[in-house]
Amino acid sequence: MAVAPRTLQADKDEKITVKYLVEYFKPYLLAMGGLIILVWGQAYVNLTLPDYTARIVNQGIVAKDIAAVWSNGLQMLLLALFGGVCTIAIGFVASKIATGYVRRLREAIFIKVEQFSLSEFNTFSSSSLVTRATNDMQQIQNVLSMVLRMAFLAPFMGIGSIIKAHQLAPTMSWIVLAAIGVLVSLIILLFIVAIPKFTLIQKLVDKLSLQAREMLTGVRVIRAYNNDDRQQDKFDRTNLESTRLNIFVNRVMALMQPVMTLVMGLASVAVVWVGSYVVSAGNLEVGNLLALIQYVSQTIMAFLMISIIFIMVPRAAVSGRRVNEVLAVEPMISDPLSPTHLPKVPRGVVEFHDVDFGYEGSEQPVLSNVSFIAEPGQTTAIIGGTGSGKSTMLSLIPRLYDVSSGSVTVDGVDIRQLSQEELRSHIGYVPQKASLFSGTVRSNIAYGRPHASEVELNQAADTAQAREFITSLPKSLDNPIAQAGNNVSGGQKQRLSIARALAKKPKIYLFDDSFSALDFKTDAALRQALKTEIASATFIVVAQRISTIMQAEKIIVLDKGRIVGMGTHRELLRTSVVYREIAESQLSASELARKQ
Amino acid sequence: MEKKQPQVGFRGFRGGHPGMGGGPTEKAKHFKRTLVQMFGYLRPYWWHLAFVALCAIVSTIFAIASPKILGKMTDEIIKGTVGGVGINFNTITTIGLWLIGLYVVSAVFSYIQSWVMTTISQRITYAFRRDISEKIARLPLYYFDRHENGDIVSRVTNDVETISQNLNQGMTQIVTSVIMIVGILVMMLTISWPMTLIAMLVLPSSLMLISLIIRRSQRYYGKQQAALGEIDGHIDEMFSNHAVVRAFNGESRSIKKFSVINEKLYQSGWKSQFLSGLMMPIMQFISNIGYVAVAVVGGWLAVNGRISIGDIQAFIQYMNQFTQPISQTANIANVLQATAAAAERIFEFLAEDEEELEMDSVASPVSVKGEVKFSDVSFGYSPDQSIIKHFTAHIKSKQSVAIVGPTGAGKTTIVNLLMRFYDIKSGSISIDGIDIGEMKRHDVRRLFGMVLQDTWLFQGSIAENIAYGKPNASHDEIVAAAAAAHVDHFINTLTDGYDTIISETADSISAGEKQLLTIARAILADAPMLILDEATSSVDTRTEALIQSAMDKLSHGRTSFVIAHRLSTIRNADVILVMRDGNIIEQGNHAELLLRKGYYADLYDSQFSQIKPSL
Repeated sequence: MAVAPRTLQADKDEKITVKYLVEYFKPYLLAMGGLIILVWGQAYVNLTLPDYTARIVNQGIVAKDIAAVWSNGLQMLLLALFGGVCTIAIGFVASKIATGYVRRLREAIFIKVEQFSLSEFNTFSSSSLVTRATNDMQQIQNVLSMVLRMAFLAPFMGIGSIIKAHQLAPTMSWIVLAAIGVLVSLIILLFIVAIPKFTLIQKLVDKLSLQAREMLTGVRVIRAYNNDDRQQDKFDRTNLESTRLNIFVNRVMALMQPVMTLVMGLASVAVVWVGSYVVSAGNLEVGNLLALIQYVSQTIMAFLMISIIFIMVPRAAVSGRRVNEVLAVEPMISDPLSPTHLPKVPRGVVEFHDVDFGYEGSEQPVLSNVSFIAEPGQTTAIIGGTGSGKSTMLSLIPRLYDVSSGSVTVDGVDIRQLSQEELRSHIGYVPQKASLFSGTVRSNIAYGRPHASEVELNQAADTAQAREFITSLPKSLDNPIAQAGNNVSGGQKQRLSIARALAKKPKIYLFDDSFSALDFKTDAALRQALKTEIASATFIVVAQRISTIMQAEKIIVLDKGRIVGMGTHRELLRTSVVYREIAESQLSASELARKQ
Repeated sequence: MEKKQPQVGFRGFRGGHPGMGGGPTEKAKHFKRTLVQMFGYLRPYWWHLAFVALCAIVSTIFAIASPKILGKMTDEIIKGTVGGVGINFNTITTIGLWLIGLYVVSAVFSYIQSWVMTTISQRITYAFRRDISEKIARLPLYYFDRHENGDIVSRVTNDVETISQNLNQGMTQIVTSVIMIVGILVMMLTISWPMTLIAMLVLPSSLMLISLIIRRSQRYYGKQQAALGEIDGHIDEMFSNHAVVRAFNGESRSIKKFSVINEKLYQSGWKSQFLSGLMMPIMQFISNIGYVAVAVVGGWLAVNGRISIGDIQAFIQYMNQFTQPISQTANIANVLQATAAAAERIFEFLAEDEEELEMDSVASPVSVKGEVKFSDVSFGYSPDQSIIKHFTAHIKSKQSVAIVGPTGAGKTTIVNLLMRFYDIKSGSISIDGIDIGEMKRHDVRRLFGMVLQDTWLFQGSIAENIAYGKPNASHDEIVAAAAAAHVDHFINTLTDGYDTIISETADSISAGEKQLLTIARAILADAPMLILDEATSSVDTRTEALIQSAMDKLSHGRTSFVIAHRLSTIRNADVILVMRDGNIIEQGNHAELLLRKGYYADLYDSQFSQIKPSL
């Protein structure tokens, strides 16, 4: 649940962390220039309007001259219109910049991630990458559009108002400064008291939803152990804690509104009150009091905007940093400049030459000194405990990872000399966890070959033992598949995932423990069909169940990243201790005997 | 499982609300009924609410009074300067002090009001959460098997949060806005009715213009939300299937689709943002028109001596204050709708059918032998369909029962019935001669230890997790159970040992080790009967051997029901229940079933005999 934002190395160095964000912003610099001019226009209007207020009062109302009211009023309206146009134009430019920039950024991050090999991908984790491409983007866009409207306006207005107030009545500008002083100290106080609690509140929110989720995912176990009450109490404690903290924070934050109104009110009283002495001394006209009140409120608004920016920007900065981290990654696997090509129909001989592999930054190698050859028309099986490196070994073949040393060849060609696209076009990969895409049964099977014919699709489904259940679906091949394939069972997903690999008609098949979600019977039928249908392909199969692989031509036993045995089932039972252990744990002695 | 990272102040983009993203505000289906139910939660705070309203009224009235009094102050100055008699500073001081008093009183009451309202809304939030969590405990399993967990969690968090926020601000806004509007109108009228008339002409027209813009921008907002949902979905799907996308050369197609949605998002996004941003400048411009109009008319009236300059100044202040409560009232409908929609989802959940209440005087076996009889049991997950039909079986004390069948055959159904997670339709299941339908659910469940393949551990220490079935277990007992489950050694390799906190994100514990922990939990609970779910494939072979040995130890001397995958388990079972399509189609021991040459024999043969050489 509550995953703390992952932060990588460059976290503390602000300058580096925004490099890519700035890079992508460059095309908008001109528009930014225009925006600043427009903001300046808007600020100018806002600062000048009170002058007209004063003039209307001084020259018109006090002097009892309606014509002066009219002429000043008209000018004022024209100016206001100009200001309105500026503000609208600002809105236009700001929304275009903010959404356009984020569109670019989003596209950049997506394309970048699509180029990631599994190494880079796993340093972030899939869920974290999703958050970065979605929530973080939205966060940046929201804050950016807000900041574009306020970040330049606020200082213009704040400083401008103070200057104007000072020009109008130098002896009274202290009122403006005092009001700002009170507000700023209030805001700082609230920050100090409340902001740390906000983090705490978020943690409690996460904890609440975690505990609620636990109650749901564990409903069987909770009830089996009759622990509803304890679970209830636990949730109640968090709930209570969250309630108390929220009450406290909200009470503190509630100070903001009344104090602001109070400061605003007191400042206007002060202006008129103090103003009465200044007016009496003949240093100020009455109408200017009105203008002064407006400047006071404008200054206060400006400082409010600035404090909002101070709240918003750090949030976006966190998101920005996280996005930048992704953009800063250079994909480790890229295509060679002048790739070699395989024949159109390659033989499909896969060979590992003394391969070592280790994840970056980890000392323990995952694979070491792995050498073997997988021939077409044969099944090469890989077996071993969890963490022995089986799946990793398989992922090296489509270059989801690159070897650390040694090489992997297909028909004698180092796969690093091929383009990734060409290499992968010859490989049918069935991952351990069957993953489907939203769409239809058809679009899923045809994923590797979008233009496959109906016959080919049916054939693939047949071989994958998926035909029966597909025809039982209301719309058979065109039946919709929900996101992540949630509307079909685990076994069905796995069969579709196998059909997807088959429809591609590759020369090399990689099955990563792909039969485990199938029951024994389907498993057997599937292997049978594969053997007869696609006899000439190269099969490389990772498995946990010995019964799945004991017929393979070659079984490779992997232990802690090293090959500790290679041969057929019978040979290995005699020669490999590890293999025997595995076999004994799964089959009874009589079965072992029977099979020997 | 992929997890979303919640963000501060951000509603999860997939809040699990059906219909979200269609438009900016969700509508409740039964608005009135929901409001009535909502009042049920507010009732205990009746007096508090009245007090809040009183404070809001006092604060608002004082706030409304002040501009007019400030105007008096200005008048005093003008009287002094224009009249040439000099300003009466005593009057000025008196008015100034009065004003300060007014402002302070208004602020104090406003704060008291927020203080109380915050407390109320948080307490109601607490009550909602409490009721939901208690409801979870009372719902039948049927409900959970048919609903997304995410949806329920989102009710606990997002929906409750929406209500809490809207209560806190919305409630008082309704009161203050109405009083403001009425109060300001009254004050304006006391100053001058022709000026009020002009103000009234200007303001509604601005409102109409704004509502026009809002409607427009909401359309784009809806489009933007839809595009956002689409793009989030695409990103999620592509990233969580990254290896497949790459292995099947799907990147360029994926990027192309992404760009199309991204463009859609951009177009609707900037339009929605731009249009909603139009509101402020237009309002400002219109209020400037109003200002000039008031100045002209006011000036004319002042020239004729009908009103004073202070009144004009006050009037202008009132006009400025008028827009806020009006746009707030315009928004109140939306706030109410959103609150009602959130509340409705919660009430819907709270109204779900609960497990049947249990009788008080119910039977319970005293010392359990563990003899289980199924007599003519029929069961179906929905009322109109029976998947288990007339099933009868007699399991003697300490026998082991293996449940076998292909994936999806409904092997967990037996577990559901034994544990009374679901109740049977007809027939009876009895333990030691007592019908479990007549026992309390708690008492039935107490008889069973359960180890499921889908290991469930909660966030807490390893020791707490092991002691889940026996909360008062001593440390020695916990260690003994862990040792019996072959997991003591592993726990000791962890830095914090038994105090290691298990969290969803901690990958340090493998699936197999988790299973061992749940076995330790069952060992410690020491129930007379057992339900086991054998591990299939997610566990490596050595750990599997450990698990097997632990399970064997655990089931020794207890009546056990095993969802079996291993042949040795199946073969050694006293009774094998063969399931297909939800129904139990064969029963007997291994030898009997093979002799029958039915489905079981078929299933068994397919694993070993029919495999052709190679592969």
